[in-house]
Amino acid sequence: MSDKESQRFLDDAATEDLGKDRLRDAYQQMVGIRRFEERAAREYASGRISGFCHLYIGQEAVAVGTNLALEAKDHMITAYRDHGHALIRGCTPRNVMAELMGKVTGNARGRGGSMHMFAADKGFHGGHGIVGGHIPLATGIGWASRYEKRGEVVVCFFGEGALNQGAFYESLNLAALWKLPVVYIVENNRYAMGTSLERASAVVDLYKKADAFGMPGVVVDGMDVSLVHKTVKEAADRAREESIPTFIEARCYRFRGHSMSDPAKYRTNEEVEERKLSDPIVLVAATLKKRGWATDEELEAWDDAAKEAAADASDFAIESPQPDLKDVGRYVYAEPLQWSPDAHTTPHVRD
Amino acid sequence: MKTAERPQNLATAVREALVVAMEADADVCVLGTDVGEFGGVFRVTSGLLERFGKERVIDMPLDPAGVVGTAIGMALYGLRPVAELTFADHAYGAFEQLTSELARVRYRSNGQLACPVVVRMAAGAGGGGGIHHSAHPEAHFVHTPGLVVVCPSTPADAKGLMLSALRGEDPVVFLEPQALYRRSGGDAPEGDAGVPLGVAREVRAGSDLTIVTWGAMVRVCEDAAAKAAADGVECCVIDPRTLWPLDLDAIAASVAETGRCLIVHEAPRSGGLGAEITALVQERCFLHLEAPVTRVTGFDTPVPAALEDAYVPSVARVLAAIDGIMSF
Ligand SMILES: Cc1ncc(C[n+]2csc(CCOP(=O)(O)OP(=O)(O)O)c2C)c(N)n1
Repeated sequence: MSDKESQRFLDDAATEDLGKDRLRDAYQQMVGIRRFEERAAREYASGRISGFCHLYIGQEAVAVGTNLALEAKDHMITAYRDHGHALIRGCTPRNVMAELMGKVTGNARGRGGSMHMFAADKGFHGGHGIVGGHIPLATGIGWASRYEKRGEVVVCFFGEGALNQGAFYESLNLAALWKLPVVYIVENNRYAMGTSLERASAVVDLYKKADAFGMPGVVVDGMDVSLVHKTVKEAADRAREESIPTFIEARCYRFRGHSMSDPAKYRTNEEVEERKLSDPIVLVAATLKKRGWATDEELEAWDDAAKEAAADASDFAIESPQPDLKDVGRYVYAEPLQWSPDAHTTPHVRD
Repeated sequence: MKTAERPQNLATAVREALVVAMEADADVCVLGTDVGEFGGVFRVTSGLLERFGKERVIDMPLDPAGVVGTAIGMALYGLRPVAELTFADHAYGAFEQLTSELARVRYRSNGQLACPVVVRMAAGAGGGGGIHHSAHPEAHFVHTPGLVVVCPSTPADAKGLMLSALRGEDPVVFLEPQALYRRSGGDAPEGDAGVPLGVAREVRAGSDLTIVTWGAMVRVCEDAAAKAAADGVECCVIDPRTLWPLDLDAIAASVAETGRCLIVHEAPRSGGLGAEITALVQERCFLHLEAPVTRVTGFDTPVPAALEDAYVPSVARVLAAIDGIMSF
């Protein structure tokens, strides 16, 4: 099989719909995430990033396609695999990398790390480290949005691993009951850590779960950014204009391990290689070229720019200072805690 | 277990206890997310699936409340389930099952039903996991009548306490300090002898000051005690091992001798188990005390990823406390 024969492309109609400019944007954002994540992997290997680090490589089309369907005033909230969402929704490569390295210039002052990215002023309500814990929050934001009547849509991402928790069902029921402008998107990458979908869910066509709530349920190829865009756009319109929530199953795949230390015994190399034939970034590049919407030189320049941004983010993070211990009591409550760690932890000393 | 090498860390010690108990009693089974094929996030249950099969090593969807609730049901029927919740922070998602159901079944049923479930979870900092993966929540569970709360600090205790937990009649919350999973801490003994629940271990003898501590902090306090000894201060280090019910007799006997008490734990200070122990010690030992009972603890904050090392009590902080108490 020659390269030509095996080459896949984005859906024609959905690509037409998305248009040249936005597809070019999509490519730059997706490659921006990819190169950032590759850099993060290197920094993890070098020991500059510690703790957890879950990469978004392979799933870029879901966040990027979704974001292209949203307006600036809309809201986004996601689970713990959050670097990609953060990068396109208000965080910068610099403040994400700094957060990963635990620096005070990180978007959560280095306190959160990989799973806790935030850009509240841009409507990005964070990454959340407890699987499923944030789904009810999206429902609440949706309620507030409807109450305020500003036509703001809420998008809530989570992995399919979150679907077996009560929080998911409670949230979708409320959203349907109250007609909230929320789009729930499950990024079904088929594995929750080492557990495949089939081993955890009695129903594997996840979008069908929406039926139980009388809510539209849609499945989309999450490797195709144009289809993700089209599907989310329809759902967002429904939410904005009619206040009807939607549940979208985006079928995708993560190319890397669950985290940085994953023996990945639960799947074969052949499976991963087969999935890489639908690499969402390769699909966009091939489609841009086929349609004459971008030249090889442009693609290369964008790739270089993405690598540079990632390298710049690393340099920035490396040079940034650690958080100051004295500030550790800030943001526990509205008022900073009145003790400084030294005074608090130094035991009783005679005056 | 027929392996020549003895378990030398918490992960292998707990595993050996599970193997011993599962071989002896077909009613013991293990359930949780990724405990089977994956072998557990911390590899504690690795190899169990191959050995005991999927009817006894049960991979469950990611759902803490479901894991604990299912274990409760199995125990009500008469089995002896061991539920794994990976990180202690994930117990919060199962809090209702742990407190309203598990802890109260015996009382609510007037003793008709027992619920001998062991709920295992990785506790505390150590992996740089930050705000959602570093909790040391013993205080919540100690505050819940009906639960036995265990926290081993050595492989030997981990194995022995787990065996006792599996033979007891009450639900046990088994906190496994994350920082100790891979750290060598001496051999766990062969055989199937349990370490009794509710009995403290004197880690080090000393007549000047009593340090009460548990989990990953035991090692820190041992190091501090060794340094203090070089300065002529002899600390008695007591590890309660079972955090509730507490071996207050062992603590009080030591404090009656030393007249000084320091409590060191990783969890936040306010409302922590250290506060309860302080109250009990002053009730029992008031006339013996030479200095205020003192605590060195984590901060009253979530565990900040980048400041984990500062948050967790260190040898320096323990030594400063020892100095403060001795010079009172
Ligand atoms: C309540 C809870 N239980 C367990 C974990 C540990 N954990 C982190 S991620 C993960 C798998 C999640 O899978 P999924 O939701 O499908 O997301 P994906 O990894 O595919 O992005 C698990 C079990 C957690 N963070 N929270």
